[in-house]
Amino acid sequence: MPTIVVLVKQVPDTNAKIAINGQTVDLSAVKMVMSPYDEFALETALLHKEAAGGEVTALTVGGPASEKILKDAKAMGVDNIVRIESSESMDTNALQTVLKEAISSLGAEVVYCGKSAADTGAGSTGPGVAERLGWSSASNVISASFDGGLSVTAPGNGGNVRLSVPLPAVVSCDKGSFKVRKANIKGIMQAKKAAVDVRSIEAPPSTVIVVSQSLPPAKPAGKSYQGGQAAAEVAQLLRDEANVL
Amino acid sequence: MSETIVIAEMNKNTIHPSTAELIAAACALGAEPTLIVPCTDAGAADSATSWSGISGLVAAKSTAFENYDAAGWASALDAIMPQGTIVTGASPQSKDLAARIAARRNLPVVQDVVKIEGNQVTSPVYSGKAMQTVALGSESVISVRSNVFTPVQEGGQTNVSVVDTTGDIATSVQEFMARASERLDVSEANIVISGGRGMGSPDNFSHLEAVADTIGAAVGASRAAVDTWEAIPHSMQVGQTGKTVNPNLYIAVGISGAIQHLAGMRSSRYIVAINKDADAPIFKHADYGIVATWEEALPVLQAQFQTMMD
Repeated sequence: MPTIVVLVKQVPDTNAKIAINGQTVDLSAVKMVMSPYDEFALETALLHKEAAGGEVTALTVGGPASEKILKDAKAMGVDNIVRIESSESMDTNALQTVLKEAISSLGAEVVYCGKSAADTGAGSTGPGVAERLGWSSASNVISASFDGGLSVTAPGNGGNVRLSVPLPAVVSCDKGSFKVRKANIKGIMQAKKAAVDVRSIEAPPSTVIVVSQSLPPAKPAGKSYQGGQAAAEVAQLLRDEANVL
Repeated sequence: MSETIVIAEMNKNTIHPSTAELIAAACALGAEPTLIVPCTDAGAADSATSWSGISGLVAAKSTAFENYDAAGWASALDAIMPQGTIVTGASPQSKDLAARIAARRNLPVVQDVVKIEGNQVTSPVYSGKAMQTVALGSESVISVRSNVFTPVQEGGQTNVSVVDTTGDIATSVQEFMARASERLDVSEANIVISGGRGMGSPDNFSHLEAVADTIGAAVGASRAAVDTWEAIPHSMQVGQTGKTVNPNLYIAVGISGAIQHLAGMRSSRYIVAINKDADAPIFKHADYGIVATWEEALPVLQAQFQTMMD
């Protein structure tokens, strides 16, 4: 029976407006939530457990405030919740080293994560952690089945590709066909009482340093037209002015 | 800075033209790079021999490059690449590869770079709602978005050196599934035309398809359209929980421009918006905004495109 880990990250609500204070993003007024793709990973992890048995542990790296998403995961049905204490910003090398240690110490055989986090949008964690563990990986997965070993569907080769993924493995999940379950009252009550397993792991120094954050450059006002007939002029300008046709 | 290496963006054993942009990005980091071409047939590298801006050209030949397997590609490339800063494309596959190679070398990776100044690189964060600039250390891996850097031109002459390599492939392909339609995917297209709930019904997307066929575009959709209509699959969704696109031209039809949608398309080079509501937020981001119903505007747009293409 597999030991399953799902990586979750706390990010600003994707509908939130992002403000800048000086040279840094100011998140003080923003509601924080579980990154949306992590919900698909969580659903997949729970489906895996339902098909094959075992236990699911939700793992996050962050400060005490990030325990809220661990409680959310607990309410949805994970068995254990673990937070790796962290306050500083880490580059991918530092973060993935910490995750690798944590996953190893949990004795995991399969790790699910979102295809990217809604804050960075990078998508480096899944494949990066897999490489550090020496495991196989599949990314941007849109469906998974667990009969006779793990097999997943992901975009590739100009269509989709179904892959068999030998365990141990890291799988990053896209929205695809996953329908995320809602927590029920019993789950929510249990989550309230659940204890978070807090650990600390030393991270190597980061060599990529954040210099500044800013709002995207404002786009100069475009041309505006009234009525459908203007579409002909716009079409012509796309060739003559914008050079994109 | 130590050596710089560009891994060519590949499409079925041919070099994707966006690779010329990656070379330009690598040059902006300070040195002419070596271009590495992952291929099954070394002839694939020939199309790069006349590019300027490269100091070396290596055809990395391996059966591992037949299908994409992250572990296989990373191990096969790692074995033949010198130490240095590595530049890749920012397609989903290339970002995956960049992360694998970085981890293999215990290096940090910075994805989706859109600006380079000295050792400082800038990427969109919070789905493009903000930009983040970081300083790179002596060695790192970066992926670079397409349609941002001006590609290097022809005019160079570089000989191909062929290097055989092998990779440890982890996953195995059970089945290739063709896409339900023959249409281009939004993440691969240079022109995207998307419809929102303003299209009224999923059947009306056929009008978008007609325009798309005229100019070689892919058809996308807003999250509202995907959530409302079963017939519009998630694979078409552009936006924060869908695909991020940055084509040369993005045409938004009947899309209001929710923050969710803007997150997936605001970095497009040119944006055209067609919406009957003059106050729709999408117009703030449009280079060309047309206040009209799609019923009025699309036939005119298509007729003009048709005339221009004939």
